[in-house]
Amino acid sequence: MKDLVYLVPLFPLIGFLINGLFWKSMPKKISGLLASVAMLASFAVSLGIFFEIKNNPAAGGVVHLFDFIHSGSLHIPFAFQVDALSSLFLLIITGVGFLIHVYSTSYMHDDPGFTKYFAYLNFFVFAMLLLVLGANYVIMFIGWEGVGLASYLLIGFWYKRKDYTNASKKAFIMNRIGDLGFLVGMFLTLYHFGTASYGELFPKLIAGLPEGVSGNTMNAIAICFFIGAMGKSAQIPLYTWLPDAMAGPTPVSALIHAATMVTAGIYMIARSSAVYNLAPIAQSLVAIIGLATALFAASIALKQYDIKKVLAYSTVSQLGYMFLALGVGAYTSAVFHVMTHAFFKALLFLGSGSVIHAMGGEQDLRFMGGLGKKMRITQITFLLGCLAIAGIPGFSGFFSKDEILAAAYAKNPVYYYLGLAGALMTAFYMFRLYFYTFTGSFRGTHEQEHHLHESPAAMIIPLVLLAILAVVGGYVGLPEVFSEHHLLNEYLAPVVQNFDVHHLTHETEWMLMGLSVGLIVVMILLAYGRTKKPDFKENTGIAKVLENKWYVDELYDNVIVKPMKGLAVVLDKYAERSGIDGIVNGVGRLVSWGSNRMRLLQNGQVGTYIFAMVVGVVLLLAVGLLIVG
Amino acid sequence: MILLLLILIPFVTGLISFTWKHSSVKSWALGSSLMTLAIAFIACLVNRQAPLAYDMPWIASLGARFSLYGNGMSVILALLTAIVFPVIFIAQLNKTVEDAHRFYGLMLLSQAGLMGVFLAHDLLLFYFFWELALIPVYFLCSTWGGERRIPVTFKFFVYTFLGSLLMLAGIIYLYLQTPGRTFDWETIRQTGASLPALQQCTVFCLFFIAFGIKMPVFPFHTWQPDTYEQSSTPVTIVLSALMVKMGLFATVNWLVNILPEGTAYWTNTVMILSVIGIIYASLLAMVQSDIKRLIAYSSIAHIGLMSLGIFANDPGGIAMNGLVVQMFNHGINITGMWLIVSMIEQRYGTRNLRELGGMAGSAPTMAIALVIIAFANIALPLTNGFIGEFMLFHGIFQSENPYHITFMVLAGLGVIFGAVYTLNMVQKVAYGEAKTAAIVSDVSKNELFGLIIIIGLIVLLGVYPRLLFGIIG
Repeated sequence: MKDLVYLVPLFPLIGFLINGLFWKSMPKKISGLLASVAMLASFAVSLGIFFEIKNNPAAGGVVHLFDFIHSGSLHIPFAFQVDALSSLFLLIITGVGFLIHVYSTSYMHDDPGFTKYFAYLNFFVFAMLLLVLGANYVIMFIGWEGVGLASYLLIGFWYKRKDYTNASKKAFIMNRIGDLGFLVGMFLTLYHFGTASYGELFPKLIAGLPEGVSGNTMNAIAICFFIGAMGKSAQIPLYTWLPDAMAGPTPVSALIHAATMVTAGIYMIARSSAVYNLAPIAQSLVAIIGLATALFAASIALKQYDIKKVLAYSTVSQLGYMFLALGVGAYTSAVFHVMTHAFFKALLFLGSGSVIHAMGGEQDLRFMGGLGKKMRITQITFLLGCLAIAGIPGFSGFFSKDEILAAAYAKNPVYYYLGLAGALMTAFYMFRLYFYTFTGSFRGTHEQEHHLHESPAAMIIPLVLLAILAVVGGYVGLPEVFSEHHLLNEYLAPVVQNFDVHHLTHETEWMLMGLSVGLIVVMILLAYGRTKKPDFKENTGIAKVLENKWYVDELYDNVIVKPMKGLAVVLDKYAERSGIDGIVNGVGRLVSWGSNRMRLLQNGQVGTYIFAMVVGVVLLLAVGLLIVG
Repeated sequence: MILLLLILIPFVTGLISFTWKHSSVKSWALGSSLMTLAIAFIACLVNRQAPLAYDMPWIASLGARFSLYGNGMSVILALLTAIVFPVIFIAQLNKTVEDAHRFYGLMLLSQAGLMGVFLAHDLLLFYFFWELALIPVYFLCSTWGGERRIPVTFKFFVYTFLGSLLMLAGIIYLYLQTPGRTFDWETIRQTGASLPALQQCTVFCLFFIAFGIKMPVFPFHTWQPDTYEQSSTPVTIVLSALMVKMGLFATVNWLVNILPEGTAYWTNTVMILSVIGIIYASLLAMVQSDIKRLIAYSSIAHIGLMSLGIFANDPGGIAMNGLVVQMFNHGINITGMWLIVSMIEQRYGTRNLRELGGMAGSAPTMAIALVIIAFANIALPLTNGFIGEFMLFHGIFQSENPYHITFMVLAGLGVIFGAVYTLNMVQKVAYGEAKTAAIVSDVSKNELFGLIIIIGLIVLLGVYPRLLFGIIG
C-alpha cells in the first residue's frame, strides 16, 4: 500500500491537467465530476494507507520517486514520507477536500469559470499533498509555495474586481516574506547537518544536542521555520492576508483558508518536533505569538459584520491556539485541534456559503436574521459547528481545546487564563454570528426574503456529513479523566510525541474543565441577550477600533508599503536618472563633442566605422583560415 | 568539428542572407537556426562522454590559434543560444521587417559571435567573437527600434566600447606576460595565476568593467533598460537572454579562473555591488510603468544573484552549478516574457501598465502563458526558475565568506520584491476590466508554438532538472 502513495497526489494532478488543458471545451458536468472523482480516488488510497499504518506502524517509510536535485554534495531526492502524521493529514485533506469539491459543483454551478475553478482546486490539493508527503524540507517547500500559488489564483478567481486581485497579491507577497524565513531555515539545516531529509536529520537530534551544534543554532533554525509558519498559518505579524483572502469563493475559504492550507505551519512544526525540542527559546516564542494571535484575532472577530470575516478572524484565532499547543510541547494536541478544526470550520464556512447563496451574495449580518425558518438544515448544522468551536462538552472542539488549555496550564497558568479569555470571546462572537443570522426577524430587502431557500442536496449532504464529524470527531482523543486510551496520541506516538508536558491531577483537570464550560455557557447567554434586539449603531471607542481591526492594515501601509514605494520613486528619479545616468550621459556628450571635432576630418558616420571594423575583422579571420588551409 | 559547425552554420548562412533579397529569407534563417539546434543537441550528448575540442592555427604570427573547447558551462550556453534563435525566428514568421535580408543576416552573424564567445579557448579568438557578437547588435538596435533608438544605441555603444577597450588592454597585458607569446587558455591561466597580487588586481579591473557592463552589474547597468525598451523584440531577446550571459560566462572562464588573487581581493566589492544591484533594481522595477523597463530591471536583479553566485566560492561548488542552471533557465524565461510582451504590444498598441488590463477576459491563452512565465520568473518551485535560484542561494549560504549569511539574506529580499513587481504587472495586464473597446485576438498558431516550447521547458526543467545536470557533468 505504501508504495502506491504516489497515487494520492497523482489523481488530483491528472484532474488538474485535464481540466486545465481542455478548459475551453470541457462540459460543466464532466469537469466537476472529474475533479470530485479524482478526490474520491485519492481519499480511498489515503484510507488504505491510514489503516495499514494503524495496524502496523512499521508499514510506513520513505518512498523514493526520483532524484530531484543532485549536484555535488547537494542531494535532494523527490521522495515521500509515509507515516502516522502524514497519513492523518492525507485523510483530512482528501476527505474534507472531497466533500468541498462536491459542494462546489452546486455552489459554483452558474459561474462561467466553472472548469477553471475545478482545475485550480485540484491543483491546490495536489500541492497540499506534496507539502505533507515530502520526505525532506525541499519537497515540503515545493508544496508550500504550490499551495500559495493555488491560493493566489483562487482568491483572485473573480479577476475583474480590483480589490479581489489586490487581496490575492497581498496573500502571495506576505507568504513570500515567511517563505524567505523557511528558506533560511532550510539552508541553516543543510549547513549544519548536511541534509534536509527528515529520515537523516531527526535521528541525529533524538539523543539531544549533537556535537558541534550549539543551542543557538537550533533556536535559529526553529525560529526561521516558524517565520515561514507565520506567513502560511497567518500569525502575528503576517496574518493580515487571511481576512482579505475571503474574496475567494466560499468553498475555497473553507478548504484552503480554514481546513487545510493554513494548518501547514502547524504540520511543519509538528513534523519538526525534534528540532523544537532542542530550541527552548523558539518554543516560547511560538507559544507567545500563538497566544497573542489567538487573543488579538478573537477581539477583532467580536465586532465584524461580514459573516466570512468573522469566520476568518476566528480561523486566525484558532490557529493561534494550535501554535500555543506547539509552543508548550503538546504537538499531538495541536494536530488534534487541526483535525477537529478542519471539521467544524469547514462546516461553518460551507454553512455561511449556503447562507450567502440563499441571500444572493449578501454577506452582511446586519441584513440577515431569521434565516433558520427557511433553511432548517443549514441552521442546525451551523449550530452544531458553533457548539463545537465554542467548546461545549461532547462536541469535538471541546476535547481538542480542553487538551490545549490543560497543557498550557501545566506549562504556565498565565497561558491558561489568557487562553481561556480567548475561548470566551470565541463563544461570544460565534453565537453572536449565529443569532444574528438564523434567529430573530429578517432585516434584508423583500426581494431577498422572497428568494430565501434551502440549498440543493449537493450542498446539504456535505454539511450534514461535516456536522456529524464536528460532533463525534473529538472522541479519538478523550481526556485522561474519561479514558485511559487517547487513540490519536497512540496513533501518532511513533512519529510525534509530546515533550515535557506535565500531567495534571484529575482534580485540577475537572476544575479547569468546569470553570471553562461554565463561563462559556455564560458567554453564549450574553450573546443571546445582546443580539435579541438588533441595534446597529455606529461604533465608538474601543468597539470602533475593533471594527477597524486595530488599524493594522493602515499601520503596515504607512510604515512599510508607502515608505518603500517612496524610496523607489526617489531612487528612480534621482539616483538612476540624474545620478548614474547623468554621469554616463556626460561622458557620452564628451565623446560626442570630440567626435564632432573629428567629423571635420572624416565623414562622421559611426555606422560606417563600425561596418569597416566588421569587414576588417572578417577579413582577418578569412585570411587567417586561408593561410592555414 | 561539431563545435566549429556551431559557429560556421550561422556565420555562413548569415553572410548568404545579406544577398537573399526576398521575403523567404525568414525561412532560410529559421532553417539555419534549426540546423544549429540539431548540432547543439548532438554536441551536448557527445560532450557528456568527453569534452569536445577543436584546434587549428589561426594567426600564426601572433601565436593565436582557432581553438574551441566545450566544458559544461559553455555547452549549455551554446545550447541556449541554439534554442533561443529558432524561437525568435518562429515568432517572426507572421511579421514583416524592412530590409529583411540585412536583419536576418545580422541576427545570424550575432549568433555566430555568441557561439564563438562561449566556445573560444583562445583569448584573442574570444575577443574577436565578443566583438563579432556585439557589432551586428549595434546595427540591429539603431535600424529596427523605437523612436529614441539612435541616442540609446549610442549610449549602449559608448558603454560596451569602453568596456571592450579596457578588456583589450588587459588582454594585451596578459599576452605580453606569457612565455612564448600565446593566447591559449591554459597558458593564460598559468600566467595570470603567477602574476603578483597588485597586477592581478589591476588586470581584474580591466576585465571586470567590460564583463560587468555586459551583465550588467550595478552601477554599470543604465544602458540596459533604455536599450531593451528601444530595441525590437528579437534584438531585446538576444540582448537579455544571451548577451548578458557573455558577461557572466566570461567572468567565470576568463577572470575567476585566471586571476585567483585578483578575484580574492575584489570578491567582497563585487558581492556588495551585486547585492546592491538586486535590491536597487528590484525597487526600481516596482515603479516602472513600461513593461519592457520593468522586465529589464527584473533581469538586472536576477543577474545580481548570479554574479553573487560566481564569487560565492563555496566548498561544494553548488553555487557554480546553480549559476549554470540559472543562466540557462533565465534565458528561457526571459525569452518567454519578451514574446508575451511583444504580443501585448502588437494587440493593445501600448506597453504602458496604466493603459492595459483585462487580458484574462479578452485573450485568456495569453494570460495563462503570462501567469506561468511570471511565476517561473519569481522562481516558483516546479518551474525551472526555482532550481537555479535554490542552488545559488544554497551555494552562497555555504560559502566560506564571513558575510555569507548576510549576503544570502539580503539577496533573498529579491525573492520578496520579485513577487511584488511581477504580480503587480500580472494584475495590471491580465486582471481587471479591459480598457479598450478593441477586440483583441488571442494567440496565433506560430505564437502558440513558441509559447509551448518555452512553457514546456519551464515545466520539464523545473520538475526534472537532472536533464541539465547531465549536460553540466
